[in-house]
Amino acid sequence: MQATTLHDVHVAHGAKMVDFAGWRMPVQYGPILEEVQRVRNETGLFDLGHMGRLSVSGPDAVALLDRLVTNFVAKIPVGAIRYGLACREDGNPLDDLLVYKTAEDDVFVVANASNKDTVLAWFLHHARGADVKIQDHTAALAMLALQGPKSQAALQPLVEDLDLATIGYYKFAFATVAGMANTRISRTGYTGEDGFELYFPDAESERIWRLLLEVGAPHGLAPIGLGARDTLRLEAGMPLYGHEIDLEHNPVEAGLNFGISFKDEKGDWIGRAALAKVKERPTRTLVGITTDGKRAPREGYLLFHGDSEVGRVCSGAVSPTLGKNIGSAYLPVDLAAELKASGGTIDMDLRGKRQACQVVDLPFYSRTRK
Amino acid sequence: MRPDDRRYMDSHEWAKPQGELVVIGITDFAVQELCSGNEGDLVYCDLPELGRRVEAGQTFGEIESVKAVADLNSPVSGEVVEINKDIEDHLEILSEDPWNKGWLIKIRPDSPSLDHLKDAASYEQHVAAEGH
Repeated sequence: MQATTLHDVHVAHGAKMVDFAGWRMPVQYGPILEEVQRVRNETGLFDLGHMGRLSVSGPDAVALLDRLVTNFVAKIPVGAIRYGLACREDGNPLDDLLVYKTAEDDVFVVANASNKDTVLAWFLHHARGADVKIQDHTAALAMLALQGPKSQAALQPLVEDLDLATIGYYKFAFATVAGMANTRISRTGYTGEDGFELYFPDAESERIWRLLLEVGAPHGLAPIGLGARDTLRLEAGMPLYGHEIDLEHNPVEAGLNFGISFKDEKGDWIGRAALAKVKERPTRTLVGITTDGKRAPREGYLLFHGDSEVGRVCSGAVSPTLGKNIGSAYLPVDLAAELKASGGTIDMDLRGKRQACQVVDLPFYSRTRK
Repeated sequence: MRPDDRRYMDSHEWAKPQGELVVIGITDFAVQELCSGNEGDLVYCDLPELGRRVEAGQTFGEIESVKAVADLNSPVSGEVVEINKDIEDHLEILSEDPWNKGWLIKIRPDSPSLDHLKDAASYEQHVAAEGH
C-alpha cells in the first residue's frame, strides 16, 4: 500500500483513511455531504498525490501520443490541456487522461492512480524506436487541487507573479506558489466547479498544504476527501475509470466524443477503427438516473424496464446538490431515447423490491447552466 | 468495554435477551465504520416487515450511508415481532445510543440460546483485530 507525503497530516486532521487504487487516501474529514456543498459553494482542497503524472518529451513525443491517445495532440496549443483516452485496438480504454501541451516537444500526462503503471508500460512499449523520453513524475511531484467558486480568491494570495484570472479554463501556466517557482497551475478539476490543480516538488507538500489552508480559510477553504470528490464528479457527469469506462465500456458510448478525434490529419491511432464503428452504430448509451426514492443507486444494482433487465448501475451517490439520489448506467440506445422523451421510468432492483428511476441526460449539474 | 448483558456477531450486530424475545441492534463499531462519526452520513435503514421469518446468519435488512450499504444480519432464527419505527426517520439515534434507543428489531427466537454468539470480551478482541 502506498501513501502520499501528506498521509500523516490527513490522519492528524481526523480523516478517515481508506484503500483506493493501492493508496491509503482520505475518504472524508467530516460529513461527506457537507464536503460536497463546500466545494459547490466555497472552495475545497484535495490531495491528489495518488494520481499518475507522466511526461513524454522529445522530437517524436507528439507523433507518438497522436498514435496512442484519442485526442488530437498536435493541435493542442502550448499552454492548453485536452481530455483524451488511451485505448486498445478494440477501442476500449486502458485509461482516461489529461494531456498538457507544455511545449511542442514536451507533453505532460495525468493518469488515474489505478492505471498509471499500465499507461506507462503501454507508452514505453509503443515508443520503441521513437526519439522520445518517457518519465514518471508521480513520486517527485505533489498534486493538489483547489475546487470551488472561491478557489481563485483562496489561491491568489500565495501566487506572487501571476494573475490567476489570466489562466483560462483547461489552460495552464507556471508561476511561483508559496515561494515555489515553476509550479504548474492548471484551471482544471474533477468536480464541475471552477478551480485549479497544482504540481510542485513533493518535498514542499506539507508546507504548502498548511499554508493554503491558512491563507484560504477566510474563503472557506478546507480539506475534502475522495468520498465527496466521487459525488462531485458524478453530479458533473464525469466518468470514473472502472465505473463508466473500462475494458468493456468504450468512450463513444460513454458520451466522451469530445475527447476523440477522427480527423484525417491526426493520422491513424490505436482504437480508431473500432471506435469509428461504434460511433456509426452504438448499441448502448450512458445515461443519468435520478430517484426520489429513499435508496441511492449503487454500483452493480440491476435495472429493469417492465420485466426486462436493461442495464446495471455504474456509479451512484446521494446528491446534496440535486436533493436526489443519482446514478449512471448504460441503457440500450432506443430505450434511453424513448424514456428521456416520454419521462418514463425504469426500476432499480433492491433484493426484489423495485424503486422507480427517471432517465436523464448527463451531466446532472453544470455550473454554467444552473 | 462494550455491554456484557448481550452477545455479538462478527458482523457487528448485537443480540440481547428480553423475556421470551431477543432484541437486535448494531454496535457502535458498526455505526462508526458506516459514518465515521458523522451521523448525517447515515441515509437509510431498511428493516423487515412484522411477522417475517429470519434465519441466523442471514440478512434481515440493510443500512446505508452516503458511501456504503451494509447488510444487517440476524444473530438468531425466528419471527420478527417488533421493529423500531423511530429509526427510519431518526438515524442519528444509532450514533447517539446504539445499545438501547437504537435497537432495530425484536425476534421471537426458535431457541432461546445465544451461546453460538460472541461474549463481550471475545467481541472486543474481534474489533481490536479489525485494526481499531
